[in-house]
Amino acid sequence: MNMATIKSRIRGDSFRSHRWRSIVKRLWQSNAGAIGITILSIHLLMAILAPLIATHSTTTMNPMHPFGSPSIQHLFGTDRYGRDIFARVVYGGRIAIVIAAVSSAVGVALGSLLGLFLGFTRGITDEIATRAIDALFAIPSLLFLLLMTTLFGGGIAMLTVVLACFKIAPVARVIRGQALDLVGRDYVTAAKLRGESSIAIVGRELIPNTIDVMMVEFAMRASWTVMAIAGLSFLGFGVTPPAADWGLMISENRSMLQISPWGTLFPIVAISSLVVGLNLTADALAKTLGIDRTEVVPG
Amino acid sequence: MMVATYPSASHRAELRPALLEIEDLSIGYRSGEGGVVPVIRNATLSIAPGERVGIVGESGSGKSTLALAMLGFLKRGGLRTSGEVRFAGASLFSMTPDALREIRGRRISFVPQNAGQALTPTLRIGTQIEEALRRNQGEKAQEAQSEARRLLESVRLQKAELLARRYPHELSGGQLQRVVIALALAGKPELFVLDEPTTGLDITTQISVLDLLDEIASSTGAAMIFVSHDLAVMARSANRLVTMYAGEIVEDGQLANAFEAPHHPYTKGLLASAPRIDRHTLPHPLIGSAPSPGLFVTGCAFAPRCSYCTEICRTIHPNLVVTHRDQGRRSRCHHWTEMTLADVPWSGADKRHPRDPNAQAALLTVQDLAVDYRHTGMTERLKQVVWKPVARAPVVEKVSLSIGIGETLAIVGESGSGKSTIARAIAGALSPLEGSITFASHRLAETVATRTIEDRRGIQFIFQNPDSALNPRHTIYQILDRPLQHFTDMNKRERRTRIETLVTEVRLPSNYLDRFPGQLSGGEKQRVAIARALAPDPALILCDEIVSALDVSVQAAIVRLLVNLQQTRQTSYLFVAHDLAVVRAIADRVAVLYSGRLCEIGSADEVYSAPFHPYTAMLIAAATLQTPNSTSRAVRRPLIGEIAITSRGCPFASRCEYRIAGLCEREEPPWRSFGTTHTIRCHLSPDELTTGVGSLLVQGLHSERPDTPWQKNGTGDG
Repeated sequence: MNMATIKSRIRGDSFRSHRWRSIVKRLWQSNAGAIGITILSIHLLMAILAPLIATHSTTTMNPMHPFGSPSIQHLFGTDRYGRDIFARVVYGGRIAIVIAAVSSAVGVALGSLLGLFLGFTRGITDEIATRAIDALFAIPSLLFLLLMTTLFGGGIAMLTVVLACFKIAPVARVIRGQALDLVGRDYVTAAKLRGESSIAIVGRELIPNTIDVMMVEFAMRASWTVMAIAGLSFLGFGVTPPAADWGLMISENRSMLQISPWGTLFPIVAISSLVVGLNLTADALAKTLGIDRTEVVPG
Repeated sequence: MMVATYPSASHRAELRPALLEIEDLSIGYRSGEGGVVPVIRNATLSIAPGERVGIVGESGSGKSTLALAMLGFLKRGGLRTSGEVRFAGASLFSMTPDALREIRGRRISFVPQNAGQALTPTLRIGTQIEEALRRNQGEKAQEAQSEARRLLESVRLQKAELLARRYPHELSGGQLQRVVIALALAGKPELFVLDEPTTGLDITTQISVLDLLDEIASSTGAAMIFVSHDLAVMARSANRLVTMYAGEIVEDGQLANAFEAPHHPYTKGLLASAPRIDRHTLPHPLIGSAPSPGLFVTGCAFAPRCSYCTEICRTIHPNLVVTHRDQGRRSRCHHWTEMTLADVPWSGADKRHPRDPNAQAALLTVQDLAVDYRHTGMTERLKQVVWKPVARAPVVEKVSLSIGIGETLAIVGESGSGKSTIARAIAGALSPLEGSITFASHRLAETVATRTIEDRRGIQFIFQNPDSALNPRHTIYQILDRPLQHFTDMNKRERRTRIETLVTEVRLPSNYLDRFPGQLSGGEKQRVAIARALAPDPALILCDEIVSALDVSVQAAIVRLLVNLQQTRQTSYLFVAHDLAVVRAIADRVAVLYSGRLCEIGSADEVYSAPFHPYTAMLIAAATLQTPNSTSRAVRRPLIGEIAITSRGCPFASRCEYRIAGLCEREEPPWRSFGTTHTIRCHLSPDELTTGVGSLLVQGLHSERPDTPWQKNGTGDG
């Protein structure tokens, strides 16, 4: 046995990767997981390969050909300005996926750190912060979102930051609950009795045991974000025109629903399939990892 | 064969028509891959009316599944692959759900293991019993209410009227167990199936619950089936013992006969591994571990752990054969005729070398320790300002003890006595209210945060529950590496060598290093926890109930391991336990704690013999192994009350049968010394303590013959 194998055996790499492989395997074996992953993969592929799939430009208007029905040339038809709906749906996925992924990752990371800190330290800080988080939930999130976007403006970067901040509180609450449970475990007491620093305890003992919950949180928050972006853009507070965004597309084309439903229908299908895909994956993941997801997603 | 040589007297079953018959029953659970994992294999058992049968086996032996099958019930995923269960001649598994409901509760009652979880938390106790009564007997509301009260009184619950209006969470564990028994009684059943009825209860509560069941069985004539891993429970309550191993019945016979001369090596192993309060020798563990369910075995399932194993055992699966027709004994062993308990070294060779308590200087001294869980939360503090807090006695008060180098001091007491609190205070997890702790001749700082790294290294802690003590996301290597990184300046290579030595020392194979705790059994996890405590080479290890969550045979192995490690390393142990028999095997000195205060302290031999503190006498009486008709049954006496917290006088006064009225409740009892090392804190005179208290007990403990390991008695219920 060479040194590398010994090292990897000591770190339990084989068992660890085995755990992940078996999780992916079980995820794939469950119906919800298989369907969810398939839908997500299609969306991801379309977003990545957008320049190859969509041959038309998303912004080039063609006043000669508005309200076109699906045809060989325009798969999903054209909108009121004669823009290709297929190209707009495909490129719209990029915006939704990037904002959802980045804001969820940042939100879950920051929220987890806050939750771990509160759950580990307890005491008066925790008491106050937890009550504050509870109070935040009393405010309807859409109103709050609108306020934030009017204050800080739209734009993809700003939207990502705002949506990330939005997730900190709910994620912190979930992770805090998890941390409170873990802090009572004897291995944490053992670490405290060794005289380990708080950072070492949080890093070595708590975080490895909350990763599972963080992953499920990520999937749930991402699904919520897709809805939130669409909602904001629909109301005109999100992505600014003429960008190809699903919410924006619905908003632009809904008045022509009777004449030409295509401009509304396809973005709706895109939004719902992505959300369903994310939700199915999150549920299956939670079930596979044995996490009881009772926390209600606000918004 | 040997079987044929026995006179063919009429079989028991012919004398009394069977109440419950299990015939060739096999049960499996559906596995994820679509297969069926067998958990019960070809069980055949017949139970006569009024019989008291104990089903014993280690965890995973299928005993609980068998118990549920007796009610015609299978857990989710369970599948009956062959056989029948007949109650009063009718097959339970081919009944309609309605017919089954008629039988369950009314003719067969089940008493579940965890009484707290078996009751609905949002309904009052009375309502739940009335509900059962109405369903089972169609009682009218008014009648049901008075009947419920009568039932609660019949399980010897005091203030039944008041209790009926309480919710489950307001009751103690012992009370809940009684309520569940009252519920089972509601249908006036002919058969009780009791799944671990006393597991998790304090020893004195255990005894009173078992006595209650004994009384019920005698007065109602109902048959009782006790499922337990605890031989002491069996000895006290069952007449017949059925031993299960790897899903099979391996031995069946009268309990007294089986205890005296088992016909299966597994029964023998269980008997040898159970610690005994009347022997200060170490128990003998069974080697190896039980096969995981579903593992296909050719030959005898017990063969790998058996000392009688020969070639035939590995190739031919033994049948359950009748070994003694008159006594109705059966055994599943090729070598049952060779079976004897005589070769178990009960005394002599294995006796622990007694330690002279005065020989070495104290390593740790605790002086007048008092600990309390004062609430420090914001709301609590506010409450203390608004309402004046009730003055109450601290959890632990005026406790003084010392531990010598290489010595084991045991602290025994019931739950809530504060024994773990003392260990935690010594570990620095709690800051004491009063008192001082001296370690290696310097005063220890109160909490870990203020202690020096040397002090933290010198005192290590082992937890009760091995599942919670090891981080499930770390490999065994990482778990053992961390204390070395933290406490020593060894480099990576040195640490590796050290970890490998540690793993060998606790008898684990070295390929376990890259496993996760979830891949280990309970006993193996506890070994890892011991290795982690040993890693920084401490002078003192605090063991908090470290064997109470383990199977008997595993427990014996851990106790042996601790003793062996102590002999090579001269480590001192503070051994916190509620099991007096284990303590007897491991401790040099014993401190008895009641309600946070010491009542007796002395060497193990001194504490386990006269003079006794009345509380020690009561504990020993409760823990002394008794068979149903053993002579020492005389020491059974009603155990009164539960722990009551008092701030004045002797804490034990309210339960003490030697109480001196007017004195014990008011004044603190004095310490009375017997010799240099033995002290008892009691108002009774030294003479009374020596001759009066526990005199029956002494008789009981010494009445047995020296070379018969288990109490001899008649041939069962007759």
